[in-house]
Amino acid sequence: MGYVSGLKCRECGREYPVDPIYVCEFCFGPLEVVYDYKKIKKVLTKKAIKSREENLWRYKELLPIDGEPQVGLESGFTPLIKADNLAKEFGVSELYVKDDTVAHPTLSFKDRVVAVALTKAKEFGFDTVACASTGNLAHSVSAHGAKAGFKRFVFIPATLEASKIVASLVYEPNLVAVDGNYDEVNRLCSEIANKYKWAFVNINIRPFYAEGSKTQGFEIIEQLDWRAPDNVVVPCASGSLLTKVWKSFKEFKKIGLLKKLDTKVFAAQATGCSPIVAAIKQGTDVIRPVKPDTVAKSLAIGNPADGFYARQVVKETGGYGEDVSDKEIIDGIKLLAKTEGIFAETAGGVTVACTKKLIESGKIGRDEITVICITGNGLKTQEALTGQTAEMHHIKPNLAAFEEILKKIGK
Amino acid sequence: MAVKVKIPTPLQRLTQGKEEVDGAPGTIINLVTELDKKFPGIAERISEGGKVRRFVNVYVNEEDIRFLQAEATVVKDGDEVSIVPAIAGGENAYSVKRYSEKRNILTL
Repeated sequence: MGYVSGLKCRECGREYPVDPIYVCEFCFGPLEVVYDYKKIKKVLTKKAIKSREENLWRYKELLPIDGEPQVGLESGFTPLIKADNLAKEFGVSELYVKDDTVAHPTLSFKDRVVAVALTKAKEFGFDTVACASTGNLAHSVSAHGAKAGFKRFVFIPATLEASKIVASLVYEPNLVAVDGNYDEVNRLCSEIANKYKWAFVNINIRPFYAEGSKTQGFEIIEQLDWRAPDNVVVPCASGSLLTKVWKSFKEFKKIGLLKKLDTKVFAAQATGCSPIVAAIKQGTDVIRPVKPDTVAKSLAIGNPADGFYARQVVKETGGYGEDVSDKEIIDGIKLLAKTEGIFAETAGGVTVACTKKLIESGKIGRDEITVICITGNGLKTQEALTGQTAEMHHIKPNLAAFEEILKKIGK
Repeated sequence: MAVKVKIPTPLQRLTQGKEEVDGAPGTIINLVTELDKKFPGIAERISEGGKVRRFVNVYVNEEDIRFLQAEATVVKDGDEVSIVPAIAGGENAYSVKRYSEKRNILTL
């Protein structure tokens, strides 16, 4: 195999060999994987893809590995749900939910990126993988790393909620709780990454790790029977997922798997942390950092690393951005659950609520095909819904009591 | 007394290992151009076409120049200028830290 020709700085274009590096030595820009698309076009046909197992590795030539996949062999290929009930609610003709709430093994899209990152870590010869995270990434590195036989170091702020700690600890990584906030944990991890020869998935393995997000886009195209949607709505934290979904569409076009591509890409953020959407709405290229204050904690990056690039994709495709309040986020979670039977984490509530606004404002046409990316499972962030859900009926164990309730419900 | 300029580790090779050097008063972009006379090559690492590179953050007395007048921000003798590469692709830990010290920012 080997369809990767090297790494390239997104800013100044300087080229680098395939190594666990992530930043341009010259201008400090991020490095991006470069592929040999001519070679890929010859082997990655629809027929080849369809003959393969239903997991994210069915597009392996467009992923940055040299050998065979080694981690996450059951990850990816989550359902694309035709969301007719939600479509009716929104008054649109065709709406789909890309449902990563059921990603294997830890119920978020991070299982995609970590599958790619850890396969690459094996190829580089690392025996230890690490990350700084508070949630989805920590869970995925802990789980994938356990199965793949890595030593694992997961760094978290010591103040994290108990439920999130348990969902990492059960896989028995070395969980290091740092006395400090997220910034300080991140800074510490950068220093550790410089000193120890470990694969930090979101630091020195970042260019490879981020490529895993493309599989969500590849699957959308394949599941729409090799068509691109008119619109795709993507939640933004760092902005990386949005840029990679768009990259995946362009790559399928480039290798001839997609005939027509004029998708508009839309960014969804919480109003309490919307630096990317703010730039889109103000028509500026400058992403101004903000202090996050939102219930959507998995999207709370105030200074998004890929914000500039996400903003460019939105501009390039004629999309737009929308942001929603905490109340709208909770309503979005509940709406998706009661219409489509999908319980999304808060980021999913952001995406649903932003989609609603984009339809109401006419940015998304009612007769167009729209896909919304739901990236994580609501069971992980249940505390966000405390006191916000419907109430249960509490009764004595007799029929009369039950029928009393039935009468009330009937009203 | 001059403008104090703090040089990040990756650029200290160009300043003979010095962490702090003297800079010229005036606009930030002028300061960068002047620095290049003493330390050839440093300007193109920090800026391109009169603009500070996207993944280089510049602070004047702890305030990001994006919140001031960007490249046209004027510094005077005694001011402190810090040049800090953003951690590209990561969560911009260095720059976030600088903001967080002032603004109490959290990031995931």
